Amino acid sequence: MPVLDAKGHLVADAWVRVADDAPLPDAPALLSLARLRAEAAAGRNAPLGLLLDPATQPEEIAELLPRLALIAVLLPKSKDGRAFTQARALREHFGFAGEIRATGHVLPDQWRMLQRCGVSTVELPEGADAAQWQRSRAVVDIAYQPAQDGPLPPGGGLGLRRRLAA
Amino acid sequence: MNALVEPIALPDPAFPPHARTYRYDEVDREFLQERIAEFSDQIARRLGGELTEDEFKPLRLMNGLYLQLHAYMYRIAIPYGILNATQLRQLAMIARRWDRGYGHFTTRQNIQFNWTRLEDVPDIMRALADVDMHAIQTSGNCIRNTTTDEYAGADPEEAADPRIYAEIIRQWSTLHPEFTWLPRKFKIAITGAPQDRVAMQVHDVGLVVKRDAAGAIGFEVWAGGGLGRTPVLATKLRDWVPEEALLAYLEAVLRVYNALGNRDNIYKARIKILVRDLGEEFRERVEREFARLPQPTYRLDPEVVADIAAHFAPPPFARLTDAPPAYAAALAGDAAFAAWAKQSVRAHRQPGYASVTISLKPIGGIPGDASAEQMEAVAALAERHGFGEIRVSHVQNLVLPHVRQEDLPAVWQGLREAGLATPNIGLVSDIIACPGMDYCALATARSIPVAQMISERFADLDRQHAIGECFINISGCINACGHHHIGHIGILGVDKRGAESYQITLGGSATNDAALGELVGPGFPYDKVTDAVETILRTYLAERAAGERFVDTYRRIGLGPFKEALYAGA
Ligand code: HEM
Ligand code: SF4
Repeated sequence: MPVLDAKGHLVADAWVRVADDAPLPDAPALLSLARLRAEAAAGRNAPLGLLLDPATQPEEIAELLPRLALIAVLLPKSKDGRAFTQARALREHFGFAGEIRATGHVLPDQWRMLQRCGVSTVELPEGADAAQWQRSRAVVDIAYQPAQDGPLPPGGGLGLRRRLAA
Repeated sequence: MNALVEPIALPDPAFPPHARTYRYDEVDREFLQERIAEFSDQIARRLGGELTEDEFKPLRLMNGLYLQLHAYMYRIAIPYGILNATQLRQLAMIARRWDRGYGHFTTRQNIQFNWTRLEDVPDIMRALADVDMHAIQTSGNCIRNTTTDEYAGADPEEAADPRIYAEIIRQWSTLHPEFTWLPRKFKIAITGAPQDRVAMQVHDVGLVVKRDAAGAIGFEVWAGGGLGRTPVLATKLRDWVPEEALLAYLEAVLRVYNALGNRDNIYKARIKILVRDLGEEFRERVEREFARLPQPTYRLDPEVVADIAAHFAPPPFARLTDAPPAYAAALAGDAAFAAWAKQSVRAHRQPGYASVTISLKPIGGIPGDASAEQMEAVAALAERHGFGEIRVSHVQNLVLPHVRQEDLPAVWQGLREAGLATPNIGLVSDIIACPGMDYCALATARSIPVAQMISERFADLDRQHAIGECFINISGCINACGHHHIGHIGILGVDKRGAESYQITLGGSATNDAALGELVGPGFPYDKVTDAVETILRTYLAERAAGERFVDTYRRIGLGPFKEALYAGA
C-alpha cells in the first residue's frame, strides 16, 4: 500500500509485513510484538519495525526501541484515538527518533493532528487521493496548545496560540 | 519530524481595558474561517459520497450537529456561558431566520436550535462567526465547552476568577491534537467560589480555583464524576496543583484516560468508569505521567495568564453605595417587585451593584426556551443597565451579572414586558428538564410536558414560597441530560411495556454537599407524576422543622415517610 510522507506525497512502501509464522525477508520487516521479541533475542540486524497494538503501552516496549526503525500505530476505527497518545509518548518519554506510521482507518482530517503528536507517515489504501489529504492538512494552521511540534509561546498578547508552518 | 513553531505577530494586541468577555482578534477570526471552510468541505464530501455517514458522523458531531427526531439540532457553544449583547441579538436573528423563532438554553450553558436544516448550516456558521461564535466541540468525543459559575467576577465570596482559567482551558482544548478522539465526551467544570454552582462533582474533571496563604493561585482537581446510566460522584485527585502546572496536570489526566478508557462499550467509556475501576491506581498513573512529562513544554506562563486575565478585567463600575433610595423605595412600595427581587437579585462584590437572574421558566413554559424577542429584550437591558454582558446559568436561566441597584426597578419593568420576570428562581417551578420525547431521538418518555404540569400545579407563588428552595430535575431517558440524579426531586421517564413511567429519586444535590438521589419506589404513570410530587412536598411541609429546606428535611427523616405517603394506599 502507498505511504503518505510528511509533505503529502505518496511514496512506495519499502516495508514488508511479516506474519508470525513466515520467514524473515531481506527487506525491512514489520513484525508483531511477539515475533519481534523472538527476533530481537536472535540478534538480527536488518531494519525492524513493530506493529504496535493500540492496547500496548509504550513503556512495555521501551527496551526494544533502540532496535526499531519504524513503529506502526493503528487506528482500528477512525474514532479510536489511542494511537495519538502512543505516538506522543514514544517521542516525548522515550525520545524515539525513527519513523512512526499511522495505519488503519485514518481520515485526512486527522492527519495534521497525528503529525502534531509525532506521527511521520500514513499508510493509505491504493488509489487514495493525496490532494485531499494536503487540502485537509492545510485548512487549519493555528494551534492553541503545546505538542510535539513545539512548546507554548511566551506571553505578550498571544494567549496560547501560535501558527503552524506549512 | 515537523518542527513548526512560528509565533503569531499581532498588529495591535491592545484590548479594551474593561473587556468583560474574551475578545477575538484577527487570529481567532482566521481560525474560525478556516474551520468553516473545513466543515463546509466535509459537508460537500459527504454529499458527494466521499465520506460515509459513519465517517461523517464524528465530524459533524465535532461541529455541533445532531440528528434528532424531526430535524437536525444545532448546538452552539457559549464558552463558559458568557455572551455580549451583540451575540445574543445575533442568536435571536438566527432563531428567527433559520429556526422557528426561539432557542433553547441548556444545562451546559450552550444554546440549541431544534429545527435546523442541513443546507442552512454553512450560512448559520457564517452568521455566528460574524459575532465570534461557533459550534466547535459542542458534541463528539472531545473536550466540550468548559462550564463555570454564572456569577463569576460578581460573587462577593469568590476566591479567584474562574473565567480566566476557563478561557485558558478553552484555548488549550481547541482542536487538541491528542484529545480529539477520546473514548467518549469529556466535560470540565470550574468554579472559584466556596459555594459550588457548577455541579463540579458530576463532571469528568471538576476544578476549584483557590488561593494559598500567600495569595498564589492553585487548583483542586477532581475527576471521574458523571451521570448518565451510571451516576458517580467525582474523586478528588489533588488538593493543590499550582497555576503554572494546570495544563500539564490536565494533560496527564487526559493521557491516562485516552490510553486506557474503554473503547468497546460506549456505556463504559466515560472516565468515571476508568476512575472507579482503577481506584487508587488511577491517581498513581496520573501522578506518574505528570512527574515524567517535560514541565517546561506545558508550563502555563504567568504572562500568558496575565494576557488572558486582561480580557476579564472588571467593567468600569461607578462608586456607589448599597441600597440606594430608589431601590429601597421600590422594595417598600411594590410587593410584586419585592417578590421578584427576593428571588432574582443577588449581592454583588461591588457596592451599589447586584446580579440579576432572569427566569426562563414561566409557569407552564418550556424550561430554558427563549424567543427571539425575549433574547433581544435581554440584550437591550444588558446594554442599558449591565455593561452589555449576559450569562447563561447551568439551571437554564440567564443572568445580568452587573446591574446598578438603582436600575433594578427599570430592569424588572423591562423583563416584565418581555414575559421574563417570573419570580421563581430557586423555587419548585424553576425546573431543569431535558428535551425528552418532544425532540430527542433517544428519549423513552416526555419530559417537557411533565415540567409544564408541575409548574402549573404549583403556579401559586405563595405556595412556592411556603415550600422554599427545592430543585426538580427531569430527564426523558437514562442519559440524564436533565441531571435528575442530583435534583432534590429527580424525575426519570422510562418506557415500561409501551407506557411512560416516571421514577422519582429524592435527596440529590449538585453543590458542595453533592449527593445522588435515592429511588423512592416504583414509578408513576404520566398522569400521576404531578400528584406524586405534590404528595412529596406535602409530606415535607408536614414534617419539616423550622428553617429546613426540602433536602434538609429529607436528610433528617429519610425515605420512609415519603414512601408511606406515596404508596400507602397501594
Ligand atoms: C436532544 C438531543 C440530545 C441528545 C441526543 C443527548 C444525548 C446525550 C447522551 C447520549 C448522554 C449520555 C452520555 C454518557 O452517559 O456517556 C448525554 C449526557 C448529557 N446531556 Fe445530553 N443530549 C441531548 C440534549 C441535551 C440537552 C438539551 C441538555 C441540556 C439541557 C443536555 C445535557 C446533558 C448533560 C449535562 C449530560 C451529562 C450527563 C452526564 O454527566 O453523564 N443534553 N446527552
Ligand atoms: S436525557 Fe435522554 S431524552 Fe433527555 S435529552 Fe438526553 S438523551 Fe434525550
